[in-house]
Amino acid sequence: MSATLPGWAWTALVILGLGAVTLVSRNVFLWSRRELRLPEPLQRALQMAPLAAIVAITAPEIFLAHGHVIETWRDARLLAAVAATAAYAWRPGVLIPLLAGLAVYLPLRLAWGW
Amino acid sequence: MLRLRDLPGDAHFRRGARDMLAFGPGLAAWGLVTGVAMTQSGLGVGLSLLMTFTVYAGSAQLACLPLIASGAPMWVIWASAFCVNLRFVLFGAQWRPHIGHLPRGRRVVLGYLLADLNLLVFQREWKGEGHQTGQARWAAGGAVAVWIVWQSTSVAGILLASLVPLEWGLGFAGTLSMLGIAYSMLTDRTAWVAAIVSGAAAVAAFALPLKLNILVAIAAAVAATLVMTQAGKAMQSMRARSSR
Repeated sequence: MSATLPGWAWTALVILGLGAVTLVSRNVFLWSRRELRLPEPLQRALQMAPLAAIVAITAPEIFLAHGHVIETWRDARLLAAVAATAAYAWRPGVLIPLLAGLAVYLPLRLAWGW
Repeated sequence: MLRLRDLPGDAHFRRGARDMLAFGPGLAAWGLVTGVAMTQSGLGVGLSLLMTFTVYAGSAQLACLPLIASGAPMWVIWASAFCVNLRFVLFGAQWRPHIGHLPRGRRVVLGYLLADLNLLVFQREWKGEGHQTGQARWAAGGAVAVWIVWQSTSVAGILLASLVPLEWGLGFAGTLSMLGIAYSMLTDRTAWVAAIVSGAAAVAAFALPLKLNILVAIAAAVAATLVMTQAGKAMQSMRARSSR
């Protein structure tokens, strides 16, 4: 199962660290008795960072294959992303676009091997 | 001080749980997908269970899966997760007036359990500024309800997905979910600029070692939005001056 991973113990450590990240990020403002104040530019930056991080991780997963920009439109992931985008325009949310994307992705991948 | 074992009978606690359970179906589907995505990314059942019970942050979990699978350095994975979680830092500031009076132990445990949806519903249900009686108990009831729904469906997803061969590539479900999350965050022009800059930079800098393209892209996007807001302010003050 974990053949693609560089070791069980390493991954377990990564995951425990991620748990600490959740604990810390949700408690930065709750830990101290004193009230913390953030300067406004910093607050703006914090607001944009989550979206930036999610896009930074998602975009290469969709547009790149083996480190190169996909050069064909006959790609299951690309077409699934197009379908998910169209579905989002119709019904905003996470679930409907996901189902639409998978409805395109799985047949292309399993039946046509794209 | 309220004893924890009296909580389940408390009216505010029960109302919090009920208010959050109204979102049960959506939450359940989302937990299921995250469970499937974890197992199918190659984590396996054991590590996926560890992840769901420790990390307990759906977007950060999904975001880290491709990084873990590609063997990115630990600190890059943690830094990326922290960036995804930065919204919780701001959420914590918003919770503070309402649960800040709790003793630190309870405050921190409750803080750990409160996710996006809890705050959203809280702000809808409790209108008005400042602290009101029962808010902390409401938050605790909602936190427990969300935790139970999320963890049970996430575990179901983990177990179900372990029956599906990895060759199906169902791990891509995680990427598709993140696409939906990203679209839902595109609320104004600044957000669009952040997304476009970040996506372009992450693809362009993909050849960087250690998956540093992710952190470079986040930094570029944040810098771009800061420059944009400052420029916007300067434009406004110039316009105000010229119209005088």
